[in-house]
Amino acid sequence: MTFAVRLRGVTRRFGAVTALRDVSLDVADGEYFSLLGPSGSGKTTCLRLIAGFDRPDEGTIELHGTNATGVPPYERDVNTVFQDYALFPHMTVAGNVGYGLRIRGVTRAERERRVEEALDLVRLPGVGARRPSELSGGQRQRVALARALVNRPRVLLLDEPLGALDLKLRQQMQIELTALQERLGITFLHVTHDQEEALALSDRLAVFREGRLEQVGTPAEVYERPATAFVADFVGVSNLLDGPAAEALTGSARAFTIRPEKIRMLPEAAAAAPGQCSVTGRIRDVVYLGMHTRYVVEVAEGALLTVVEQNRETTSVDVHGHRGRGVRLAWDPAHNHVLGA
Amino acid sequence: MLSRLSTWLHVRPRIALALLLAPPLAWMGVVYLGSLVSLVVQSFFHLDDFSGLVVRRFTLATYRDLFTRAHTDIVLRTVSMAAAVTVADAVLALPLGYYLARYAGPRMRAALTLAVLMPLWSSYLVRVYFWKLILAREGVVSWALARAGLTPLLDGLLSLPVVGGPSLSVSALGTFVAFVYVWLPYMVLPVAAALERVPRSCLQASADLGARPSQTFRYVTLPLALPGLAAGAIFTFSLTLGDFVVPGALGNSSLFIGQAVLAYQGTAGNVPLAAAFTVVPMALMAAYLLVARRLGAFEAL
Repeated sequence: MTFAVRLRGVTRRFGAVTALRDVSLDVADGEYFSLLGPSGSGKTTCLRLIAGFDRPDEGTIELHGTNATGVPPYERDVNTVFQDYALFPHMTVAGNVGYGLRIRGVTRAERERRVEEALDLVRLPGVGARRPSELSGGQRQRVALARALVNRPRVLLLDEPLGALDLKLRQQMQIELTALQERLGITFLHVTHDQEEALALSDRLAVFREGRLEQVGTPAEVYERPATAFVADFVGVSNLLDGPAAEALTGSARAFTIRPEKIRMLPEAAAAAPGQCSVTGRIRDVVYLGMHTRYVVEVAEGALLTVVEQNRETTSVDVHGHRGRGVRLAWDPAHNHVLGA
Repeated sequence: MLSRLSTWLHVRPRIALALLLAPPLAWMGVVYLGSLVSLVVQSFFHLDDFSGLVVRRFTLATYRDLFTRAHTDIVLRTVSMAAAVTVADAVLALPLGYYLARYAGPRMRAALTLAVLMPLWSSYLVRVYFWKLILAREGVVSWALARAGLTPLLDGLLSLPVVGGPSLSVSALGTFVAFVYVWLPYMVLPVAAALERVPRSCLQASADLGARPSQTFRYVTLPLALPGLAAGAIFTFSLTLGDFVVPGALGNSSLFIGQAVLAYQGTAGNVPLAAAFTVVPMALMAAYLLVARRLGAFEAL
């Protein structure tokens, strides 16, 4: 099987800082793949190496089975949507979108047809004559997308493409991006620091931390079976229990994680169903979030557990009244995820 | 008293603004525009050849005089020199500005900017006369070319009509070299400023879309540097048009506009013709500025 993108032992240093450390990664053809991590974790460096803006100090990069390590960006069959969109300010929208075709010597008539087609694809028809400066942020984003897609690349690189958009627009663009990727069937490689975005969009994702790969897997795998405490914490909210607290609950001192939404909150006196993990504690903090409420519960041994409950019956007045109350927490031990297992 | 005045002005911002702007506007209006108007008016008078006195009556006689062969030659010579100097400065400034904006680290950038600006700290006259020494027949350029065995090349250049002369220090070529040198900073700074504002990601996007470096330069870098080039050209072009020191020091007997103005308003006492000569660069620059504004040059100043 040939992979769309294949990294082998890639290391990139900037002076004393190692931005990427021995990263190996396989992205299948036609996959929606996300590179997820906090800022400075190496995900953007990784994307720049694949685009060809930068070269690795060690290791190789293969694109569709051919070694592309030293190949300049203009000879790679990939196109990039930049974080700041990087539209050419001195050209019209049509000039921007048609730039790659013009460079390749596509005839004017063919170019105009494909530019129009690409603008239709990103649902922005009829803006060809305008300047990028006359468009809104969301529209510029679409133009940047059209400019990359018009060249029919086999791999599309997206560098935090939704970072500058507001929440509503971001959610809408997420839906459109997945629809677009399914329709075009090409590989999308998406860099983001937003774990929800990565979970929502990706077929698979890679979690980066300090230049290393922490875990690669499907959203379900990464969310339900995080490989490390870092992944458990970064992807979603997670409770990490170890030492005596873990031993009291499971009989083993091995660290495990439990997701806040898996925990049920009962009155202190109530008995948990048999076979459930159960612990009593006191509500320390209440964060009312509209749709749901996040509670921080202090349990035995001083551990803090985060619990999320839907506000199905409760109002904001109710939940704030819960502060300081004693509660029993209970959950199915099947949801306990022992790290490194 | 003072605080009451401040309060009074605070609620009348228009009056405060008027007070603030009155001195500079009065200066601009009276001294600058006033002299400009008087200059243009003078150009429509003429000098009575007999009495040697200026006849203060509207006439186009002076402009007819301006359009005689000897005088249009002066204009043509000056404009060609200004254009050549502008092009040469642009060619020199582009790579330097590109390096300053793209590659130089903070220290290197400071050092280079200083190097570009430093000549402006010493008197322009001193620098022009230094070029006379450098370019003289016994000067360092002739000496260096002789040591390199290139004297025939120099002689060949100097034997060319129009640009040549007895030595580099008495030729259009020498004048050109000195002009290019003295106005270079005025071109480098706006070009570097324009290039600095080109986002790096734009250049990467161009490469990403398949453009080789030469194509990126042609389609992205150069168009985005154009406002800076046009802004720099305003300086190099207009400064060359009006200058009389450089051709005076390094030129031959062929006059430039600045020298003609100097000669006619001084010894010859023909102020109307001097004024008419001055109107030429003004008209040229006005036309150029209109074009430059279309190119967006004023956003790069």
